[in-house]
Amino acid sequence: MEKILVGLKRVVDYNVRVRVKSDGSDVETDGVKMSINPFDEIALEEALRIKERGEASEVIVISVGTVDAQQQLRTGLAMGADRAILVESNSPVDPLGLARTFKSIIDRDDIDLVILGKQAIDDDNSQTAQMLSAIWGRPQATFASKFDVAGNKATVTREVDAGLEVIEIDLPAVVSTDLRMNEPRYVKLPDIMKARKKPLELIAISDLGIDQGPEIKSLMFEPPLERERGVMVDDVAGLVAALKEKGLA
Amino acid sequence: MSKVLVIAEHDGAILNPSTAKTVACAASIDGASVDVAVFAATAGPIASEAAKLASIARVVTYERSENEYALAAIIAPQIVAVAGEYTHIFGPSTTFGKDLMPRVAALLGVNQISDIMSVESSHTFKRPVYAGSAIATVEAPMDAILVATVRIASYSAVTDNNSALIESGDPSVADIPTHTRFIEVKSGATDRPDLQTAVKVVSGGRALASAENFDIIYRLADKLGAGVGASRAAVDAGYVPNEMQVGQTGKIIAPDLYMAIGISGAIQHLTGIKDAGTIVAINKDEEAPIFEVADIGLVADLFTAIPELTEALD
Ligand SMILES: Cc1cc2nc3c(=O)[nH]c(=O)nc-3n(C[C@H](O)[C@H](O)[C@H](O)COP(=O)(O)OP(=O)(O)OC[C@H]3O[C@@H](n4cnc5c(N)ncnc54)[C@H](O)[C@@H]3O)c2cc1C
Repeated sequence: MEKILVGLKRVVDYNVRVRVKSDGSDVETDGVKMSINPFDEIALEEALRIKERGEASEVIVISVGTVDAQQQLRTGLAMGADRAILVESNSPVDPLGLARTFKSIIDRDDIDLVILGKQAIDDDNSQTAQMLSAIWGRPQATFASKFDVAGNKATVTREVDAGLEVIEIDLPAVVSTDLRMNEPRYVKLPDIMKARKKPLELIAISDLGIDQGPEIKSLMFEPPLERERGVMVDDVAGLVAALKEKGLA
Repeated sequence: MSKVLVIAEHDGAILNPSTAKTVACAASIDGASVDVAVFAATAGPIASEAAKLASIARVVTYERSENEYALAAIIAPQIVAVAGEYTHIFGPSTTFGKDLMPRVAALLGVNQISDIMSVESSHTFKRPVYAGSAIATVEAPMDAILVATVRIASYSAVTDNNSALIESGDPSVADIPTHTRFIEVKSGATDRPDLQTAVKVVSGGRALASAENFDIIYRLADKLGAGVGASRAAVDAGYVPNEMQVGQTGKIIAPDLYMAIGISGAIQHLTGIKDAGTIVAINKDEEAPIFEVADIGLVADLFTAIPELTEALD
């Protein structure tokens, strides 16, 4: 296997308490800490480990978004990716548009394996990997916690509702990562310096001629219904009484 | 008029309860006619179960040997082949549906709506984003087929007093891919109630500190007839298997009673239990965020409180 493509999405950091804007047009993202989607960091870590085992020769990180996403791509380069691609779009791109964008890079750069996060923690869609493998006509190994390459095949363990599912796939393929696949490495200062010299290519999404498909419009955002704080009991006897009162014990 | 196809989830023998909840969502579209499709190697018993679901018009079975395991790459092209009859195609937002439905959508050239929590109109829905920190109202175009997954914790199963027609459909799709092969499922299956359908659930967190200590959670659960769940921290640490994780990236559940024991209440965990009837929290830190959403809270050391509680429930 030669080349691995990894998607890195710039998202609101998972520690931020996200709030809806008062006019309901969106959530508040001004001045909020932004990071690489945690699942994508795991995807990159996995790609780097495959390369370090000598099973691939190049790891390419890609992001579709505004110029600000260069920051996340630079972090990806500092983690160890060889080069980066930013497909610039000032409006949000739905998963089908993303999948078609990735597909055009797969064709251009001859990619052998794509690793994406199983979901982005902003829109929580969990779609892009599946869509990409569909239009590429290749296997999908979603929600993966273990990935072993053997020649032109791979064995993948997937976290499913019933437990752990093991499948075998032919390569090329698309993998989407679950949280327990690995623990991403920390970036060291010298790597950040080195990353500045690595190539970061800019492409305008319009230059790729992507049909983004029928748009799903977000009409409005609202805060969720909050649960109210209930009662505190003093001891186990109080808890048992409270449960009995509700008919739950 | 909406014509909805619901893709049945099953394990080759038994219809998964997620199907009855997905049907409930589909049937809440005004004037919708709902069909259930069973893709299986042998569909018979699954189809008979599905035919009992209230509000459906018919069950269509698509039998072929390749359908023995629910592999998205194999099922998706077959769904696409029959999609033409329908305005909507729905699947459950379980790992089965999340894996399958986006592949169907992409083959049909449309975007997908994930995790429908309420139907506003035939093409407008509400869904959670940012781990449930916001609810988005989204609208799909009227002139394209609509593919979606349903957040099953938002729906109660339809009743099972129907006797819908069962028809066998034509599963002929020229080239079913062979590039994806099922090997096995390893599950720590127990005879405790299934997490996703249990009426009561007891969950343990990092505070349990070992797999052995989780025994006190199991003992309490057995006393209550409850299913057992866990936080991500407890799964990551290897105290319990992955299928027990509750939350944004685990299972989204809606039991009548949820007991969070030694769980801090991170947003990613809370999003999995928002629809629970009564939430009980036991935590030794009175400042733990879990108490902000708990209906009944007890500040205590779980290692003394839980055995005491289990005893007291005799
Ligand atoms: C992308 C992403 C996705 C995630 N998805 C999920 C998910 O699906 N589900 C999930 O659960 N988490 C998820 N998390 C992790 C989440 O952010 C928290 O880290 C996790 O839920 C914490 O688990 P915990 O409450 O068991 O552990 P902690 O936060 O460490 O809490 C332990 C609690 O136990 C209490 N305690 C300690 N000792 C005792 C004792 N003796 N008696 C009583 N109480 C005690 C402490 O006071 C504390 O409140 C996700 C995180 C990320 C970044």
